[in-house]
Amino acid sequence: MSGAVIGQQRPTIGEALRRIRLEAATYHGVWSWIATVDHKRIGLMYGATAFVFFLVGGVEALIIRLQLARPDASLVDPDQFNRLFTMHGTTMVFLVVMPLSAAFFNLLVPLMIGARDVAFPRLNAFSYWVFLTGGLFMTASFFTGNPAGAFFEGHLGAPDGGWFGYAPLTSTQFSQGTGIDFWAFGLLILGVSSMAGGFNFIVTIINMRAPGMTLFRMPVFVWMTLATSFLIIFAMPIITVALFQLLFDRLFGGVFFSVADGGTPLLWQHMFWLFGHPEVYILILPAMGIVSEILPTFSRKPLFGYPFVVFSGLAIAFMSWGVWAHHMYTTGLGTTANAAFGVATILISVPTGIKIFNWLGTMWGGSIKINTPLLFSVGFIAMFTIGGLTGVMHSMVPSDYQQQDTYFVVAHFHQVLVGGALFGLFGGIYYWFPKFSGRLLNEKWGQLHFWTMFVGFNLTFQPMMILGLLGMPRRISSYSDGLGWGFWNMMATAGAFLIAFSVVAFIVNVVVSMRSRERVGGDPWDGRTLEWAIPSPPPAYNFATIPTVKALDDFWNTKYVENEAGIPVPVVADGANGDDEEDAGHGIHLPSPSVLPLIAALGPVFIATGFIYHGNPWLLPLIPVGAVTTLVGLYGWALEPVTE
Amino acid sequence: MQHAPTIDPGHETSTGIDNRKLLMWLFLASEVLFFGGLIGTYLLYRNSSVAPPCPTDCVFDGVTYQGLFDIPFTSISAFVLLMSSVTMVLALAAIQRNNKRGLGIWLLATALLGMTFLAGQAFEFTEFYHEGLTLNTNLFGTTFFVLTGFHGAHVSVGVLLLVSMFIVSQRNDWTKEHSLNVELLGLYWHFVDIVWIVIFTLVYLIQT
Ligand SMILES: [Cu+2]
Repeated sequence: MSGAVIGQQRPTIGEALRRIRLEAATYHGVWSWIATVDHKRIGLMYGATAFVFFLVGGVEALIIRLQLARPDASLVDPDQFNRLFTMHGTTMVFLVVMPLSAAFFNLLVPLMIGARDVAFPRLNAFSYWVFLTGGLFMTASFFTGNPAGAFFEGHLGAPDGGWFGYAPLTSTQFSQGTGIDFWAFGLLILGVSSMAGGFNFIVTIINMRAPGMTLFRMPVFVWMTLATSFLIIFAMPIITVALFQLLFDRLFGGVFFSVADGGTPLLWQHMFWLFGHPEVYILILPAMGIVSEILPTFSRKPLFGYPFVVFSGLAIAFMSWGVWAHHMYTTGLGTTANAAFGVATILISVPTGIKIFNWLGTMWGGSIKINTPLLFSVGFIAMFTIGGLTGVMHSMVPSDYQQQDTYFVVAHFHQVLVGGALFGLFGGIYYWFPKFSGRLLNEKWGQLHFWTMFVGFNLTFQPMMILGLLGMPRRISSYSDGLGWGFWNMMATAGAFLIAFSVVAFIVNVVVSMRSRERVGGDPWDGRTLEWAIPSPPPAYNFATIPTVKALDDFWNTKYVENEAGIPVPVVADGANGDDEEDAGHGIHLPSPSVLPLIAALGPVFIATGFIYHGNPWLLPLIPVGAVTTLVGLYGWALEPVTE
Repeated sequence: MQHAPTIDPGHETSTGIDNRKLLMWLFLASEVLFFGGLIGTYLLYRNSSVAPPCPTDCVFDGVTYQGLFDIPFTSISAFVLLMSSVTMVLALAAIQRNNKRGLGIWLLATALLGMTFLAGQAFEFTEFYHEGLTLNTNLFGTTFFVLTGFHGAHVSVGVLLLVSMFIVSQRNDWTKEHSLNVELLGLYWHFVDIVWIVIFTLVYLIQT
């Protein structure tokens, strides 16, 4: 692909882009991050950005909890309350858990399969930049969602239709201002990011494996990435259609969800949950993969029943398509439909249960080393089990009729998303931090973080179970005294602040650890998978020589052999880190840095803003401006040579 | 178009399938769900409009309104799009024989057929508009314009890519080494064509 730059005689757009790109390639510091296509750097940017959004979503949660701590409180008004819980849910799902998982995909997948990068490095950078711009766009709705100036009169403009955005709450009739438009466009943009990432990781895992790395020698985390990516590329188009329909209704007077015109709001619910239930597994499968890596390392045993863990993960991904209507029992689908979806939902708990037993089996009889990553993993199993069991309760139709729209449901999904997904992700941060920073996270701060988070978590969400059973509805901004809800709400609020404290402990831990002079080698935990075979932090090219894989847990097998009693004993000549000399990477061609993915990623937010304010002649031109920006980015990208 | 670096050019992939081809297949697979959602919505709301006009003759308040669909016209434009798949196949065959000129001719032919289809759609939309159907008239208007509009957008992207590939291939020395680019665009183009056959069958031909 040489010489494809159009019109080389005169300075054209292609030529100008080429100059920018070359400049970026030679820049250091910030520019080297802006133009990076290195999966490790992109992974770190994903992680850092998602963590900032985590703080934003956390502050929203704290305001909600402050409001609900006492009866008849008036810290925020009902309208602001709606906006806060909508943004809290949206932020935590789309701007925190999904991108944190994407951070791990980026950091780990190429290393675990013995590759030098993902299949499409620039597409990968594009995914990140679209995520960043989409996330900022969504969050900006706080300030821009209402007519200009309204924010300064104490009104937030953020979307107010709930993270599920049920029609007709999202119609222009019930949600004035532009909050919902920002929400819908924001999710569309974030969907582009997720889908691009999904395609990339499927191709990477299927096609970029080192010699000998057969599918059933892949670490479970890679399998879970594969399953999650397939869920993403098939679930996102469905919500995309629903969001387009919503926007056509809101911006151009379409009647998709208009009952007066013969439409049905239930269409939205079907589309949303047909996406939404697979989404639940998009959120949890990566954490399951992380835990499946941590437990064997600190139990010093192979994962118990590897094929069962893999196949149950795939079974979960497959079955997640047939259970969506368990979110809709009370909408009147009829007894047959409810029964069918109830049975399917009960069945999906079987592969989940298999995994839990496999994790327990992994620890059983192992020589367990208790440290922060392990604590988070064990915490994950315990909390996720409770969350799963309350989920089984919801699968029973009569039981669900009772619990629908109560705090019991709120407790349930936080149990799986915080006690499950987030615990798993934090465990992963503690486990792989040394790999990418060359430093261990401090164990004392780590255990303080874990225990305060664990206690805070239970103090927050177990009272919500009780509140739900006492009949407290979701999404109410205040409640009267004398209902018996005050005490448990106060407990939940105290717990929320304890969680906030634990997050501060985590931040302190990162700062303290990054300042520490102590460095670790490539393999601080005596790990089992390929990423531990290379230095910490890994060189840009990952592997000086692409490894040849002979078995599952291949790296472990280079370090240990089993004696007659089946106990692993170290191999005498330990050459684990031997093959990565300092200058071993010479002559390895890496993809060149490029700012074009960033340029291409800037377009969508302009286009979205132009559409939202299409009645404004000054903002309408943002549509062509955004379209041209993206086209220039994409064409430059398509025509630029890949390596120097 | 040229994108998608492999880290080690010439390095075999694990499966032997080219990365970009796999990417295109995955993208098209997810597009199935996208069009599935749109077509499903149309079918769900078929005959649910509470006001005229309708795709076929319908009666409101005792008044009969003539149906909007002009099946012979749309059959011709569907045929045009179908033929564009043939020219796309010929474009690929040309470059696989190192025939750059042939590639150019057939790419251009494909683009022209695609544009003819789009012109037909623009004509159809205008006709419907003059007969009183807009995006906000009724469920038929909303679901029809959004479904066929998104399909038209896909055809437009395809035309843009065809023209771009025509320019790039003719300005450079494209040989059979470049045939994968043509093959990938072909996959996309055939997919968009197949989607139209499904829409034409379910929306236009089968009336219940
Ligand atoms: Cu569900």
